[in-house]
Amino acid sequence: MDPSAQWRLHPQVSVRPEPFGALLYHFGTRKLSFLKDRTLVRVVDELLQAPDAIAACDRAGVAAENRATYLRALETLAASHMIEERTA
Amino acid sequence: MSLVDTAPPPTPLRLVDHFERGLDAPICLTWELTYACNLSCVHCLSSSGRRDPRELTTEECKAVIDELERMQVFYVNIGGGEPTVRSDFWELLDYATAHHVGVKFSTNGVKITPEIAQRLAANGYVDVQISLDGATAEVNDHVRGPGSYATAIRAMQHLSDAGMRNFKVSVVCTRQNIPQLDEFKAIADRYGAQLRLTRLRPSGRGADVWDELHPTPGQQRELYDWLLAHGEDVLTGDSFFHLSAYGQALPGLNLCGAGRVVCLIDPVGDVYACPFAIHEEFLAGNVREAGGFTGVWRGSELFARLRQPQSGGACSSCQFFDTCKGGCMAAKFFTGLPLDGPDPECVQGYGEQLLAQRADASGLPKHSGDHSHRTSPPRPRTGMGPVRLTLTRRADLSAPPVSACAEDPLAGFHPEASARSGSRPSAERTN
Repeated sequence: MDPSAQWRLHPQVSVRPEPFGALLYHFGTRKLSFLKDRTLVRVVDELLQAPDAIAACDRAGVAAENRATYLRALETLAASHMIEERTA
Repeated sequence: MSLVDTAPPPTPLRLVDHFERGLDAPICLTWELTYACNLSCVHCLSSSGRRDPRELTTEECKAVIDELERMQVFYVNIGGGEPTVRSDFWELLDYATAHHVGVKFSTNGVKITPEIAQRLAANGYVDVQISLDGATAEVNDHVRGPGSYATAIRAMQHLSDAGMRNFKVSVVCTRQNIPQLDEFKAIADRYGAQLRLTRLRPSGRGADVWDELHPTPGQQRELYDWLLAHGEDVLTGDSFFHLSAYGQALPGLNLCGAGRVVCLIDPVGDVYACPFAIHEEFLAGNVREAGGFTGVWRGSELFARLRQPQSGGACSSCQFFDTCKGGCMAAKFFTGLPLDGPDPECVQGYGEQLLAQRADASGLPKHSGDHSHRTSPPRPRTGMGPVRLTLTRRADLSAPPVSACAEDPLAGFHPEASARSGSRPSAERTN
């Protein structure tokens, strides 16, 4: 996953907010994912507006020392096609 | 710490705790649309066959779908009975997917024509599950009835020809078909489908055949090893978490989701804690009540109770309790075992001991509302075929016949007709 690229939620993914974070469901792969952290939900929300994944973390209020953790989480989401790269 | 988790891989305890306490809306739910079915499978967990006259109407079904959309339920598992025999099935399917509620439906394949297969393949929010309980006609038809293997295979061929990928071949594991696991996988691969294995439950008519059909302890081990070897390629609907007590947990949530993250809506709108527990003990309410489905899910006392921490009872001292959680509630209930004890198929053998100690099977709880065909299995439709007849009035009767007492003295008297018939002989006489 390239954190300096532009990212977005996959168009076939539906997000349901939950007290612990959110549930994600991909209608294409029919896989369910759990976001176990509300900050991560905000990061995912910010992807579409942010110029890159790092900026999305910043906009969601992720402290610089925690950024690596959140980028790893995004990497997992990218691997399961929950998020994808977008072109400008 | 990882912040993302994908199901099926096992999830850390924290998340499971959330699920055990229940969510504001189910993750997915089973919805049986009708009790009507063209088959009479011996192990049918909803004892289906005949339609129930109280079944939800098209409009009521759409109202439920509207609620599911508002609750953000991602998808429903539609079953029955045979859901496709409802004349409004395709309409409801389109309505659900247009309202962002994905549909996965189980069918024996009877209505999957090439045209329907094309339509299904074109809808990205639909998944199809073809039921097959034997990799050969002999094994399958023994359980599902004559011709059902051919019907299922034909449906798979149509789906595959239409370009539908990754539809599911859904198998209930039995003593007779566990030796065929590799063959099932080969069938699924042949049609570009994914294999799904689920557990035989002693629910519905399954209770009558459970002793004969449920896997032997040796076969349970064989199944567990096979599932571990195939990992996430093979789906299980989280049905074998009781096997996790062999050691390594199987992929999935590995918890009983009844009333916490799953539930069942039956054809008449009754909401049960799980699809395998159609019994008043597990009845939470009905979608026709004022609060609708949402009211039942959030307000039911039964569901509140199921979301409390459960006591492990006799199992809590077992070293495997954390992985198997005492197994399946419905399996215990319908075999007459205590709910806070071992599963009847406990891999440590504790369930078998308890089953052996039961006095007799006559007092076992019975499925609520049996909709089985009255002639089960139904009589094959062979022979002369339909009798063709046309209903008409007898030409010589102007009104239906009545009893002698009610007979009008002038019945059958037609002045013109008698004048004609009276004139004819006289005409003859003149000749």
